[in-house]
Amino acid sequence: MLPHYWPTPVTGDPLIYGADVSIALVSIAILFVLFYYKKWGWLWREWLTTVDHKKIGILYVIAALLMLFRGGVDGLLMRTQLAQPNMHFLESEHYNQVFSTHGTIMILFVAMPFMFALFNIVIPLQIGARDVAFPYLNAISFWMFFFGALLLNISFVIGGSPDAGWVSYAPLTEKQFDPGPGENFYLMALQLSGIGSMATGINFLVTILRMRAPGMTLMRMPLLTWAVLAASIIIIYAFPALTIALALLLIDRVAGAHFFTMGHGGNPMMYTNLFWIWGHPEVYIVLLPVFGVFSEVFPAFSGKRVFGYSSMVASLMAISIVSFLLWAHHFFTMGAGPGVNTYFGIASMAIGIPTGVKVFNWMFTMYRGRIRMTMPMRWAVGFIPNFVIGGATGVMLAAAPGDYQYHNSFFLIAHFHQVLIGGTIYGSLAGMYFWWPKMFGFTLDEKRGRIAFWLWNVGFYVTFFPQYLLGLMGMTRRIYTYPPGMGWTNLNLLSTIGAFLMGLGFIYIVWDILYSTMHRSELKDVTGDPWNARSLEWSLPSPPPHYNFAVVPTVTRRDEWWELKKSGRADVLRPTAQDIEAIHMPNNSGKPIIFSVFFFIVGLGFVFEWYAVIVIGLAGVLATMLLRSVEEDTGHHIPAEEVRHEEMALGRM
Amino acid sequence: MNGDHFLVLNPAGPVARIELHLIVVSIILVLIVVIPVAILLAYITRRYRDHPDNKAPYMPEWSESKVLEIIWWGIPVTIIAILGVYTAYDTFALVKPPEKNATPVTIQVTSLNWKWLFQYPEQGIATVNECDIPVNRPVQFVITANSPMNGFWVPQLGGQEYAMPGMAMRLWLQADHPGIFYGHGGNFTGRGYAKMDFHVVSRPSAQFAQWVQTVKKTAPALTSKGYNQLVSSQNNTPTLFYSSYPAGSFERTIRHQGGMYMQRDLTIIGASK
Repeated sequence: MLPHYWPTPVTGDPLIYGADVSIALVSIAILFVLFYYKKWGWLWREWLTTVDHKKIGILYVIAALLMLFRGGVDGLLMRTQLAQPNMHFLESEHYNQVFSTHGTIMILFVAMPFMFALFNIVIPLQIGARDVAFPYLNAISFWMFFFGALLLNISFVIGGSPDAGWVSYAPLTEKQFDPGPGENFYLMALQLSGIGSMATGINFLVTILRMRAPGMTLMRMPLLTWAVLAASIIIIYAFPALTIALALLLIDRVAGAHFFTMGHGGNPMMYTNLFWIWGHPEVYIVLLPVFGVFSEVFPAFSGKRVFGYSSMVASLMAISIVSFLLWAHHFFTMGAGPGVNTYFGIASMAIGIPTGVKVFNWMFTMYRGRIRMTMPMRWAVGFIPNFVIGGATGVMLAAAPGDYQYHNSFFLIAHFHQVLIGGTIYGSLAGMYFWWPKMFGFTLDEKRGRIAFWLWNVGFYVTFFPQYLLGLMGMTRRIYTYPPGMGWTNLNLLSTIGAFLMGLGFIYIVWDILYSTMHRSELKDVTGDPWNARSLEWSLPSPPPHYNFAVVPTVTRRDEWWELKKSGRADVLRPTAQDIEAIHMPNNSGKPIIFSVFFFIVGLGFVFEWYAVIVIGLAGVLATMLLRSVEEDTGHHIPAEEVRHEEMALGRM
Repeated sequence: MNGDHFLVLNPAGPVARIELHLIVVSIILVLIVVIPVAILLAYITRRYRDHPDNKAPYMPEWSESKVLEIIWWGIPVTIIAILGVYTAYDTFALVKPPEKNATPVTIQVTSLNWKWLFQYPEQGIATVNECDIPVNRPVQFVITANSPMNGFWVPQLGGQEYAMPGMAMRLWLQADHPGIFYGHGGNFTGRGYAKMDFHVVSRPSAQFAQWVQTVKKTAPALTSKGYNQLVSSQNNTPTLFYSSYPAGSFERTIRHQGGMYMQRDLTIIGASK
């Protein structure tokens, strides 16, 4: 059996040599630190084998920030190449790889882990649970995501990156047009992380439905919990379509089938449909949770109840259903009849209705409140104009005949960056600043955060407003160069300048994190409730003990914590010695990471079409599953005495 | 920056004009929400700051208002109802020839790696990367691809339609004055995609007929071998003109790339089973 490919390092470009060298140096440095300080045991016990939702959440945050850096560098490379006409900074092949990995990474490996970080860090604490429904599965979700992301990232230096866009449309991605292993990397990376995402969706649906504290009825749940519930439902229904699309395309490529090929009875349109049946709901998977974040941040910093709670719930649930009914607006120009286009056009506009209602409700949450302009609030207020303009251009795109003119132009690029950055990223950052003290026990520094926010916010408009205009000037996306004389030059240069401002903003966010970590004793959160906020997680110390609640609270109304504080009875949520019983917690396990390593090996096997490697990997996957299924005792009890001791040490008793 | 560079805002025919009209209508409608939100946001975030001497009312429990909620469910519903009607009307209008009294011209468009082939079944000639049309006559573009999916887009004449293998896609466009209009592929097809631009040249009818005659007399014929070379050579080419092309090559391409299974597409190209 001859291997189809040999994973040769990609050569010929200084960028890639640079990447090779820096990856090697960073890896050596990490290994050195781990050996020198003998940290292997700590890393394994505390992080690699953890099933604690809080730690898994932190791992997701770290991964999301690292990937935001990688995806951001891709973005800056593209903007540098487009700064002037006929630039020779990147050649076509490299530009095509860079825009493909930029999109794939930003959606799958930045937006998604940011969402899952929120799910993990906040949801169990907010509903009064000690962990998620399936903690072991939760660890599998993270490691599958991690190794999926790793697989995509190594493609840049070994074998070549995917180069057919993040949508990876057939037949361009069939072997006939794209013979290298790059596309296989894309297919396997998404497949692996998709398994993780699917499991996360199931996990949080069950967690929210089954593990809420006594008394927390559905209509008493915080809105973030509602938003995560809605997003989990979407994940469960949307991801299978992606799994199928990727699997069929992989079968085409490695086994010579003809699902999506030109000729031989294949139909590329089927891939487009399957992709967007997942792809459009995916947009809402990364938006609904941040809608939840804003629904927590606005009330907390306005000192006021969220406005129109029932409306907010209704709009979340409406979005989760309607998001499945408008996928074809991504291809109005693919010749569906006028009836189909009219339906999908109007359905796409209609999803703007519940979204618009939410914006008004957020504004009226601030109305007659007392607004404290903290870092989370700054990102939340910055989000509103940004997202409203993004939503407005979305409605414009939904008018099908208008879309015939915007389709695949820079107008479209500006639109979706405006909703995905203005929505998802602003929301993730608002959430990160808001729950940072809950995760780490100290707040992030305001002054540096403010500089980061303004660099980013100004940079955003400077980057993307010119792109709307470029779209109306006829500039299409995914072109690596353009001629002078089209009137595009100055706007492109402006857009590039904006992109670098955003890059500087990102550096400032990282600097804010480093600075605050160095000054964590001054920024320490001693109360557990640094923002004077409303939901149950703020009744716990920061960071919470690993069992979260020594005694599970009983909920009697919305905003329980806020109401208790207001009536001066916050102490009822503190445990008393006689109430504390032994707590059952799941055991840490090394199997999720080992299981995922074997899946990674399967992935590599498919990428290079080495069948022996695939078999070895699959055998490992099955063996890990088997070992797990015969494992009898997967949990342990923390004795009541130990819990009392810990609560005493936290000053809670 | 010069106003003329905004191709979408400078329509040169009825299709692009309908589309621009809808774009303008949609901008006005969305501004009904965007502007009040911007003003309200500025007002609220200034007025309700948490300062000790802020005299503005503070009502921490106030969180429901039927009237307000009806207003902001109602406004977007109304806007979308209005825009929906315009959208439906225009979407159906654009699948018909823009002008009923003039005889249409048919041009067959094929996306190749990485150039555009135009075949003129009524004139029997072919061109690459330049498409010539008569003014004030509706042009029926029948579009396919012998390459990955592309999009056929001439912003000043009207919005795009995809070029897809095995499928015959129909797009009506029309130019109402002579001119040279920029066009570009609308969907990424690989290495040479960025340079898949082309031009549409519109001329008065008499000059168009004259141009056809000139091409017939002076340009070489596109042979079957030449056609296959165009398809298989993975490169960008300059503008090319051919006095003839292999009969039935367009229909054959569609059939071979999967059209044989598609009754609708066979009907559009007028081929029987």
